[in-house]
Amino acid sequence: MGPLLTLTDVARSFDVSPPWLDRVLERKPRAVLKAVDGVSLAIAAGETLGLVGESGCGKSTVARLIVGLYTPTRGTIEFDGAVLAGDEAVDSAKQRLARRGMQMIFQDPYASLNPRWRVADVIAEPIAAHAPETSKRELASRAAALLAQVGLARVDGSKYPHQFSGGQRQRISIARALSTSPRFLVCDEPTSALDVSVQAQVLNLMRELQHRLGLTYLFISHNLAVIHHIADRVGVMYLGRIVELAPTKRLYASPRHPYTKMLLAAVPDLAMTGHQRTAVAGEVPNPLDPPPGCAFHPRCPYANERCRREAPALEALVDGAAVACHAVEEDRI
Amino acid sequence: MPAPDTQRFVCEAVQGGRIEAAAAQAGSTGAGPLLEVSGLCVEFPTRHGTLRAVRDVSFDIGEGEILGVVGESGAGKSLTGAAVIGLIDAPGRIASGAIRLAGRRIDNLPYEAMRAIRGREIGAIFQDPLTSLNPLYTIGAQLVETIATHLPLSPAQAKARAIELLDEVGISAAARRFDHYPHQFSGGMRQRVVIALALAARPRLVIADEPTTALDVSIQAQIIELLKRLCREHGAAVMLITHDMGVIAETAHRVAVMYAGRIVEIGPVADVIHRPSHPYTLGLMGSIPSIAADRDRLAQIDGVMPRLDAIPDGCAFHPRCNRAIDRCTRDRPELEAVGGTRAACWLAQG
Repeated sequence: MGPLLTLTDVARSFDVSPPWLDRVLERKPRAVLKAVDGVSLAIAAGETLGLVGESGCGKSTVARLIVGLYTPTRGTIEFDGAVLAGDEAVDSAKQRLARRGMQMIFQDPYASLNPRWRVADVIAEPIAAHAPETSKRELASRAAALLAQVGLARVDGSKYPHQFSGGQRQRISIARALSTSPRFLVCDEPTSALDVSVQAQVLNLMRELQHRLGLTYLFISHNLAVIHHIADRVGVMYLGRIVELAPTKRLYASPRHPYTKMLLAAVPDLAMTGHQRTAVAGEVPNPLDPPPGCAFHPRCPYANERCRREAPALEALVDGAAVACHAVEEDRI
Repeated sequence: MPAPDTQRFVCEAVQGGRIEAAAAQAGSTGAGPLLEVSGLCVEFPTRHGTLRAVRDVSFDIGEGEILGVVGESGAGKSLTGAAVIGLIDAPGRIASGAIRLAGRRIDNLPYEAMRAIRGREIGAIFQDPLTSLNPLYTIGAQLVETIATHLPLSPAQAKARAIELLDEVGISAAARRFDHYPHQFSGGMRQRVVIALALAARPRLVIADEPTTALDVSIQAQIIELLKRLCREHGAAVMLITHDMGVIAETAHRVAVMYAGRIVEIGPVADVIHRPSHPYTLGLMGSIPSIAADRDRLAQIDGVMPRLDAIPDGCAFHPRCNRAIDRCTRDRPELEAVGGTRAACWLAQG
C-alpha cells in the first residue's frame, strides 16, 4: 500500500514587493519570498510525521498547502489516491471526497473558535458543510458523541467558547476536526499556546485518538521535545526546505545534518541540570535574501566552497533517513 | 498598610546554610541575602470582591544567585516579580508583607524613591523585546538615557559606556548599531539590547520575566548563555521567571514552584526537578516531554488551576491531587523542609 499523503517538490512563493508607486519612484525591486522551496515527503497511513524548525522556516506554510488554504506555486500534492494540487489536479468529485478525509487543528484555540457560536454548532459545522442533508437531530447527537470522545460533557455543547479554558478549547478544536471522520489531521502547533500540564493532557488525548481511530498526523511544532514524544518520523526544516528526514529515535540519537545537531544541542532539557550548553552562533538569515548554495552555510562549521555555491538535495541514506548536506554526502562529517 | 509580618520570616538552619553557600559562590562573605521577600500578598479589589493573586509568598535570593520561579499561567509568578520592582498597576496593591533589598525595605517607598532604585539597583527584562523598546528612538539614545539617569557620567562617557555594553551583550559593530532603531534588529538582537538596558547601571538584582519565551530555541540558547555569563561576571542576583522548566534546569541554582498564588515547593534545582516532594511539582515534571526519556504517555494532572475567585480551602491543589487525604481539604500546609527541598504538602511532611 502506498503512502496516504505524498508531496512532490512542492513550493510556494509570496509576492511581497513594495507598492507599484514605490517601485517606480524609488526603483525598489520586486521581492519574492520563497516560503516553501521544493519540499518532498510521504506520510504512511497510521503514522505521525513531525515537522520542526524555527519561526519562518515554512512549516506552517506546508500545513496550509496540504489542507488547501494555499495553492502551491509548483509541485504536486496527492492524498488518498486523488491529486489535490498540481498540474493534474482537477476539481472532481473524487478530490472533494478526498478532502473530507483531512482536517486541521490550529495553534490558537482562542482565535480558531467563533465566539458567537455555541460549541455544539462549532463542532457540527463541518458535518453540515460536507453533508447538508443531515438532520438537526442527527447533528446534535453527533456533536454530543464527539464531545464525549475528547473528554467533554454533553452539556458543554450548549456553552460558548469563552466559558472554556485553553486546553478545553483545544479539545473542542479536536472534536470539530474529527467531525467529518477524517483519516488525516494536520496539527499546526496544537499545544504551543497551552501550559505544560494542559499540553500533556492534549498530547495524551491525541495519542489515544490515534490508537482508537487509526488516525494519521502531520504534527508541526517548534518544540523538539514535544515532537520527540509524539512523532514516529521527523522532518527538520530550514528556510523553506527539509534538511533532514529520519525516524524519530535515529534523529535524536544521531543527528546528521549540522543544523539538526545545532538545534538538538540548543534544547534546554530537564535531564541537563547545570549543563553547559554549546551556544549556537548566528541567526536565521532573511528569507527574502537567502544565502546562495546551502541556506545554512553561513552558520555551518563544516561549510566549504561547494556549500556556498550549490544547494544540496535531500539524499536518502542507508539507515532510512535522508539528509540534504554536502558534508554528509562527501563523508566529511 | 499593616505592620510587616516578621513572625513568618523564620530563618531555618537549612535555609541559613544555603544562603552561606550562595554567598560563598558569589565570592562575598557573611551578610544576609540580597533580596528578602516575606509574607508578600498582592490583591486586586474588583466589583465582585477582592482577588488575591499572590498569597503569603516568602523567599530570598543571595548575591550572584539565580532563583528560578516556575508555574503555569495565573500562578502569580509575574506578579511576584512586578511587586519586587514596584510595578504593580493600580488598583492592584501589595496588601501585606515586606520586600527588603540588602536589608532595606523597598515595598513601601514613595514613587520617586522607588524610581531611583528601579533601573539602578534592580534591572528588569521582559518577555517581548519589541514592546520593551521605544520604536521612535535609536537604541543608543535609549541606552544613554538610562545610563545618564542613574550614573554621574558626561554625555560622551555615557555614549562610550553604551557602546561598551552593546559589545558586552554580543552585538557586533556596536558603534555602528548604536544609531539603529529597534525595528532594524532581529528578535534575538533586540533581547540583547533589552539585557544591555537592564544592566546599564550595574544593578545588583535582575528580574527576568520570561526572557526567552518569544525566541527560537537556537537564539534562546544564546540569550541564556549571555544571562548566565553576565551575572557571573557582574555578581548580580537574578530572579528568573519562566514556565520553561528546561531553561530553569540549565540556568537556576534554586527554584520556586508556584501554584495558585503560593510557593508550593522551593529548593536546589536538582532536588526540585529530580526528587520533588510536592505532588504538583511531581506532576508538572512528569508532564514535560523530554528528549532524554522515551515514554508512551505523559504524566497527566487532570483539571486546571483554580480561578482566583474560587481557590479551594485547605491545600489549593487538593481537587487535582490523586493522593489527597481528608486533612488536605481542611488545613493549609506551610512550607516545611522535606528531603532536599521545602514543600507545602501534608503528605510529604508525613
